[in-house]
Amino acid sequence: MTETKRTAGERVLPVAVMIGALLLWWGLAAAHVFPESLFPAPLAVGKGVVEEIVTGRLVNDLVASLFRVTAGFLLAVVLGIPLGLVLGSYGRARAALLPAINFFRNLSPLAWIPFAILWFGIGDSPAVFLIFMASFFPIVLATVAAVATIPMVYFRVAHDYGLTGWEMLMRVTLPAIAPQVITVLRVTAGLAWVVVVAAEMIAGRDGLGFAIWDARNGLRIDLLVSGMIVIGLIGVVIDRLLFRLTRIPSVRWGYER
Amino acid sequence: MNDKLLCLDDISHSFGGVEVVRRFSLDIEPGEFVAIVGPSGCGKTTILNILSGFVRPTSGRVGCEGRARMVYQHDGLFPWLTVAENIALGLRHIGDAGERNRQAEDLLTLIRLRGFEDHYPHQLSGGMRQRVELARALAGDTDILLMDEPFSALDYLTRLRMRRELALMLEESPRTVVLVTHDIEEAAQLADRVIVLSDRPARIRCELRIDLPRPRDLTHPEVVDGIHRLLSELGLEEERSDVRGDLFVDA
Repeated sequence: MTETKRTAGERVLPVAVMIGALLLWWGLAAAHVFPESLFPAPLAVGKGVVEEIVTGRLVNDLVASLFRVTAGFLLAVVLGIPLGLVLGSYGRARAALLPAINFFRNLSPLAWIPFAILWFGIGDSPAVFLIFMASFFPIVLATVAAVATIPMVYFRVAHDYGLTGWEMLMRVTLPAIAPQVITVLRVTAGLAWVVVVAAEMIAGRDGLGFAIWDARNGLRIDLLVSGMIVIGLIGVVIDRLLFRLTRIPSVRWGYER
Repeated sequence: MNDKLLCLDDISHSFGGVEVVRRFSLDIEPGEFVAIVGPSGCGKTTILNILSGFVRPTSGRVGCEGRARMVYQHDGLFPWLTVAENIALGLRHIGDAGERNRQAEDLLTLIRLRGFEDHYPHQLSGGMRQRVELARALAGDTDILLMDEPFSALDYLTRLRMRRELALMLEESPRTVVLVTHDIEEAAQLADRVIVLSDRPARIRCELRIDLPRPRDLTHPEVVDGIHRLLSELGLEEERSDVRGDLFVDA
C-alpha cells in the first residue's frame, strides 16, 4: 500500500515546465523566428479555441470523435475478451488462431483505411471499423496471455470449494485476469484515440481529426494547433479515467508485489 | 465396510511412463494426524493428490469417507477476495446467512485475525495468509485436512509459531490431518504417525508412532527422539541406542 504523497516540488514542477514551454512558444512567435503563417502565436490559438467553442464546432467534433472511439473500443472489448478467454482455455483453438491474430495485431490499422472507405464510405462507420481493428487484436492477445498464466492452484482451490462453470468464470477466471486486462485496455484506448484522428482526417466530415485537416485546408493554423491541443488533452483524460480502474480494491493485488 | 476414514489400497501411479508411486497402501483413522515425509520428488504430493481425488491412480483403490480439503503451500488464497470473502468460500454450503456469518466470525477469532476481515491477502504477512488459508479449509464441517507443505514458504520462527497454532486449532476443532512435508522436525512435533517414504517410486520405508498430546515442545525428549529416529532412518544421523519410540520398518 505505498501511497506516496507527492511533495510540493513535484506538484509545482510540471506546472512550471508547462508555463516555461508557453513562454518559449510566445517568445518564438513574438520574435517572428518563423513566418506567422507557419507558426501561430499562443494568443491566436487561444482565440481559435474560443471561436471553436462559440460556434459549437468544438463540442460537435468532440462528441463525434468520442462516440466513434467508444463504439469501436467497446465492440473490441465485448468481442475480444470472450474470444481471448476461449483461446486461453483451449490449446487447440489457440494453436489454430493465434498466428492469424498475431498477423493482424502487427498490421498497422491505418493500412485498413482504403478498405474502410470502400466498404463503409464516409462518416462514423469507417472510423468505428478502424478503431475496432486497432483495438480488437491486442485485447485478444493480452486476454489469452493472462488466461494462460493463471496459476493452476486457483483452479484447484475453485474445484475444492465447488466453484464450477459460470461461477468459476465469474469468481476465478475473470478476477484473475482483471489486472492484466485493465493494463491492455489503457494501452489500447490510447491507440484507439490515435486511430480516430487518422480515420477522421481521411474518412470523416466531422470529428477532431477532420477539424485539424479542415483547418489545414483553410490555412487556419491557429485552429490546427487548437485542435491538436484538444486532442492531446482528451487523450490524457481518457488514460486517467481508465487508470482509475487500477484503483479498484479487488484488482490492486495485480499492481503491488 | 471398515472404520477407516481414508484408505489407499495397493495404489500405483505413473506419469507418462515414470512410476511415481508403487503398490502403496495406507489406512488413516478418524482424528489421526499423519505426516508423510520423504526425499523431494519422491511422490509425496502425488499421494496427497490421490487422496484428494485430484489425481486418479493408474491402479489401486482409494476410499474416502468425508469431506477433504487441501491446504496449499502458499498463494492458495484468491488475491482478489478479502480475508472474510476467502473464508466465506469455505462456508458456501451453509444455507443460512446468519449461521454463515457467525461461523466466519468464530474462524476469524480462532486465527486471531479479527479486524483484518477487509484486508486483501497481499496486505498480510506470510504467516497471516497461511492462517487464513487454514481457516478457509477448516470452515464448515470438513473432516479431513490435506496439507501440502503448508508452512514451507514461511521463515523459521513463523513456522514454529504456525505449528503451535495448528495444534491449538485442532484442539478447538478436531480434524483428521494428512501433512506432507520435507521438514522432519515439523513431522515429529505434530504427527501421531510419521510415514517415511523411499525414493521414487514411493513406497513406505518405515513408520514412526509418537504418542504425545499436542501442542508439543520442539525440545520435548520424545520429539527429539523422534527426530533422531527419522534422521537416522534417512541415513543422516548415526543410530543411538538410548532413544524411545516405536519405529516400524516395513519388510
